[in-house]
Amino acid sequence: MKKVLTFLCSALAAVTLISTPVMAQGKPLRIEITDGVIEPLPFAAPVFVAENAAAGTYANDLTKVMASDLIGSGLFREIPNAAHISKITNFNAPVQFADWKAINAQALVTGSVSVTGDKLTIKFRLFDVFAQTPLEGLQFSASVNSWRRMSHKIADAVYSRLTGETGYFDSRVVYIAEDGPKNKRQKRLALMDYDGANTRYLTDASSIVLAPRFSPNARDIIYTSYETGSPRVFLLNVDTLQRRILGDQPSMAFAPRFSPDGSKVVMSLSENGNSDIFVIDVASGRRAQLTNSPAIDTAPSFSPDGSQIVFESDRGGGQQIYVMSATGGSAKRISFGKGRYGTPVWSPRGDMIAFTKLNQGQFHIGVMRTDGSREKLLSRSFLDEGPTWAPNGRVIMFFRETAGANGAPSIYSVDVTGRNLRKVNTPTFGSDPNWSGLLE
Amino acid sequence: MNSILKVSTTLVCVLALSACGDKFGGFGKKPGDVTPSGGIQQGSLDDPTSVAYFQQTIGDRVLFAVDQSSLSPEATAVLDGQANWLNQNTQYNVTVEGHADEQGTREYNLALGARRASAAKNYLVSRGVAENRVNTLTFGKERPLEICSTEACWSKNRRAETAINAGLGS
Repeated sequence: MKKVLTFLCSALAAVTLISTPVMAQGKPLRIEITDGVIEPLPFAAPVFVAENAAAGTYANDLTKVMASDLIGSGLFREIPNAAHISKITNFNAPVQFADWKAINAQALVTGSVSVTGDKLTIKFRLFDVFAQTPLEGLQFSASVNSWRRMSHKIADAVYSRLTGETGYFDSRVVYIAEDGPKNKRQKRLALMDYDGANTRYLTDASSIVLAPRFSPNARDIIYTSYETGSPRVFLLNVDTLQRRILGDQPSMAFAPRFSPDGSKVVMSLSENGNSDIFVIDVASGRRAQLTNSPAIDTAPSFSPDGSQIVFESDRGGGQQIYVMSATGGSAKRISFGKGRYGTPVWSPRGDMIAFTKLNQGQFHIGVMRTDGSREKLLSRSFLDEGPTWAPNGRVIMFFRETAGANGAPSIYSVDVTGRNLRKVNTPTFGSDPNWSGLLE
Repeated sequence: MNSILKVSTTLVCVLALSACGDKFGGFGKKPGDVTPSGGIQQGSLDDPTSVAYFQQTIGDRVLFAVDQSSLSPEATAVLDGQANWLNQNTQYNVTVEGHADEQGTREYNLALGARRASAAKNYLVSRGVAENRVNTLTFGKERPLEICSTEACWSKNRRAETAINAGLGS
């Protein structure tokens, strides 16, 4: 993740730059995210003003990526440039609100971009057109190589201001890039921006690699690899690409996941055919056993406060979801619907658990409250598997594998409401996505 | 995967050095030809001590019912043959690889494959094969033999495959 980008997030004195803002009348501009049908909020995003020649293409691309983030959330609808009456050619000139009101743009995003050397500086403002007020204004600088991240930052600011939720656009996904025929699939660890851009491969295809997961700060990745001949859990640094087997793994190991503070990793160890859940201390490598049953206990995931672990087990006869203390001990079953339940993942908000459900030959991605109530299925296909949460807990990514001899996996995202199912474009087949938190 | 292939190659060299080269004459197979599972494909089918004989005449795989790891009568018959062969050909070790069909989640299938490999191993051991000659490995749903998405293929993918490794004394 390089050095942390230094975003000079200084709020523009936006209000003082605007001449006599008229006070808002009626309700403030706000999207309420509910289970009901949402009419996407219409916004206009005229191409950001390029303050110098070097800024030209960046201004164009930055605006596009920012708008595409907002549209992709399913909560916003862009009013195309062709419909615009006003043009924004000076970032500081007063906004002609009547022109934007006339085309029913409820929100307006304006920006300016300048490039000095390899430094890109962006200013942007968000306006409530009908209230004729600025809602947000930010300025920040970073290397030109980070221009996409800057687009995502602006989109996050707009999303956050208008929904009241934190954003999720400035984030990455680690996944398994897959190539080749179904019986000789080659798998590589890959990293991409949340929207599928900037894929970077972290391993070659010489060993099977599975189910990578980020550390809380997204600088390390934990995953299962057959590099030694049998499945072992490896820790890999994203910057140096150095990797090592994590701690004391006396037998086959898989299904790793970090604790919220990054100090521990839970995983399954399989010995004599029996898989139990263990926790390994990252610093010391020491191992402690959390479950001890003759059943398959796997796919552990911490609650965001680190106090509990949700996992799957067939101790009751079939694959179901259980919750236990993070120190082990007795576990309480929470899934009681028809079919089998696996791959539980605790939401970063703490309020829900996402899972894979198998019922009557179909796979679903679903969510339930942490006590198992209010189960809601978000998808259905021949094979949907492996949910992962967006940083704000509003969106889920998973992979969908098609049936048959030419079947192959792709990565999808869907709202927790079940709306806005979208394929994430990756250069190869993709599976086992894991979403980072918001980047620093 | 990788290390099995490496072991296999090593074994071929060892065998060639120990004047077993004449066993590799038949069927146009070259030493070092490998099966998709990473095992060794070599020797004459007429030679009951050959790996080819083990794989094809004795049978190197047993199948399982959906989400099960218990051994069927057909499976135990094959494993009886494997145990007899291993008890007579003590120069070989084996790795039992457990596999699952695609109708399950990745991690559960890894655990299920481990269970299947272990069930086959335990049976071999119960039939007199030394425990330290039998390794186990799970591939979950990562290495299907058959690639269609119907029970015809799935039933062949739910398997434990016994791959021959280098032996103790070699």
